[in-house]
Amino acid sequence: MKRRTLLASAALGLALAGAPAFAQDVPKIGFVYVGPVNDGGWSQHHHEAAVKMKEHFGDAIEMIEQESVPEGADAERVLTQMALSGADLIFTTSFGYMDPTINVAAKFPDVKFEHATGYKTAENVSAYSARFYEGRAITGYLAGAMTKSNKIGYIGSFPIPEVIRGINSSFLHAKKANPDVEMSVVWLSTWFDPAKEADATQALLDQGVDVVLAHTDSTAPLSVLEKAGAYGFGQAADMYDYAPEPRLSSIIDEWAPYYIDRVQAVIDGTWESHNSWQGIGDGMVGIGEITGPVPEDVKATAEQMKADIASGAYHPFTGPINKQDGSAWLAEGEVADDGVLAGMDFYVEGLTAEIPN
Amino acid sequence: MDPVLLVASIMVSATPILLAAIGEMVVEKAGVLNLGVEGMMITGAVIGFAAAVSSGSPVIGFLAAALGAAVLSLSFGFLTQYLLSNQVATGLGLTLVGLGLSALVGASFEGVRAPGLGKLWIPGLAEIPMIGPMFFRHDFMVYVSLLLVAAVWAFLKYTRAGLILRAVGEDHESAHALGYKVVRVRMAAIFFGGACAGLGGAYVSLVRVPQWTEGMTAGAGWIALAIVVFASWRPLGVLIGAYLFGGVTVLQLNLQAAGANVPVELLSMSPYLITILVLVIISARGVHGAPGSLGRSFHASA
Repeated sequence: MKRRTLLASAALGLALAGAPAFAQDVPKIGFVYVGPVNDGGWSQHHHEAAVKMKEHFGDAIEMIEQESVPEGADAERVLTQMALSGADLIFTTSFGYMDPTINVAAKFPDVKFEHATGYKTAENVSAYSARFYEGRAITGYLAGAMTKSNKIGYIGSFPIPEVIRGINSSFLHAKKANPDVEMSVVWLSTWFDPAKEADATQALLDQGVDVVLAHTDSTAPLSVLEKAGAYGFGQAADMYDYAPEPRLSSIIDEWAPYYIDRVQAVIDGTWESHNSWQGIGDGMVGIGEITGPVPEDVKATAEQMKADIASGAYHPFTGPINKQDGSAWLAEGEVADDGVLAGMDFYVEGLTAEIPN
Repeated sequence: MDPVLLVASIMVSATPILLAAIGEMVVEKAGVLNLGVEGMMITGAVIGFAAAVSSGSPVIGFLAAALGAAVLSLSFGFLTQYLLSNQVATGLGLTLVGLGLSALVGASFEGVRAPGLGKLWIPGLAEIPMIGPMFFRHDFMVYVSLLLVAAVWAFLKYTRAGLILRAVGEDHESAHALGYKVVRVRMAAIFFGGACAGLGGAYVSLVRVPQWTEGMTAGAGWIALAIVVFASWRPLGVLIGAYLFGGVTVLQLNLQAAGANVPVELLSMSPYLITILVLVIISARGVHGAPGSLGRSFHASA
């Protein structure tokens, strides 16, 4: 076969393959994940929510997924590919996909995008995120109550507002439980690298830390904590395999209701770009069962805190709170506004390290 | 910061790359450039984990990992030594195969917990204050890795077989003319390199993390390749290189945990800067230390 005939028949084949998809006219929903769909944490949870969404709609939609997509230029290629293959709505489920999503969305005005945990939106790009800092308040409180060495640790991924909010919220509430508590922060520059996460956990333990909060996606920190007899928390997923110890509780992301809601909007033709930020009260952030040797009164306080946050009676960032340099941020009784929280780039008073650039 | 705990952590963190690097050094000494270390390590990690979980014995896990990765490396050996395929391309292919294969095999082992590996206290020495907790209270694989380095050093320096291996790597035409079986020697070296990489990978999944997750070696194989160059193909250099690379990783995490405001990025890239510096120095001296036939295919009729 000559090359030209080969190309022609390939083009014909593509056209034939494409035709039925258009004819069926079933909305095609795409998902892009930063890690493997079995990482036990963040990506797996998005994937499971996507599967629930697919089960909800059955044959009324078509779903395509792509896992382990690096943030950056590669993401743009993958998104372009998905848009070209006829996707109607694409969920990009990691912070680093923000600019690629905006860039690709500009080229495909008819395709709708939903970007997780970012802050940029466009005519056809929504941003959605969960108020994880509400959950961090509760795990931070438990960490402060359970440490015997008065040292707790936090494994950070990248110094973005999402993670800095988590650090501040954890620290403020650890201090509520234990005024003498100190917090060490270790930055890894990755969302998923089990060996590095394990090494970081070990480094924190070597420094005398006995409770570790992780903001990375694997269960490696819990594995190391279990060996050392220290405590930790499930992150993104319940990680109940590690209960009752070392896992004391967990922050669970509940994406499925949001996904079902948004896909329904596409089917109904009512989809509009928005910037959604939901918390414990909306059901997007779940708190896993409190397990392990947590005393009853601590458990009761933590559960009360959860109820108050859910009802809106309590905001995790309620003054008086000073910034790290000692300058006032929130006055007595003042509550942080969403704008400041969304772009948070400073530590609160009492944290000793500096935020890397 | 407690130096005792720091040194102990460094030894654990350096062991996987030390094992992989010493194996790769032998392969390269025989004149073969196998870039598939990452693929063999991840294969060793998953096979070792699976075997240890199924049998309940970490020792069986390590043995299976060494064997599995070595068998995989033989596919590289067959392609490059008998079919004379390009070593760089085949090595890269081996990495991709290893990453894919391990994800497939490991799918059912996600979230499973491995049997623990006990610490082996060296009688007498472990009781010495400071030194004991630093060096003599580790799991047996740490000692195995150190013994392996010593064994490779002695083998290359003092044995006839070691001399033949070096001859094959330096000039395969001459070695062939002298009647040595170039291809057979190289296949043996490749097998050994694969086994070492497998042990290194299993150390990550059974001791350092310890669990199985896809892609968990996260570039350790490439660091092992850099260490061989850094060491100018000397066993002692491999030892120093592995502890330097492993040490910097642990040190930067510990400095952060201790609250020291250090430029983490600078510290993280320092081993690579040193590697480049070493390369510049050895090439300026005119003695690069690389085996003469490194990466070249051999065919008896040529």
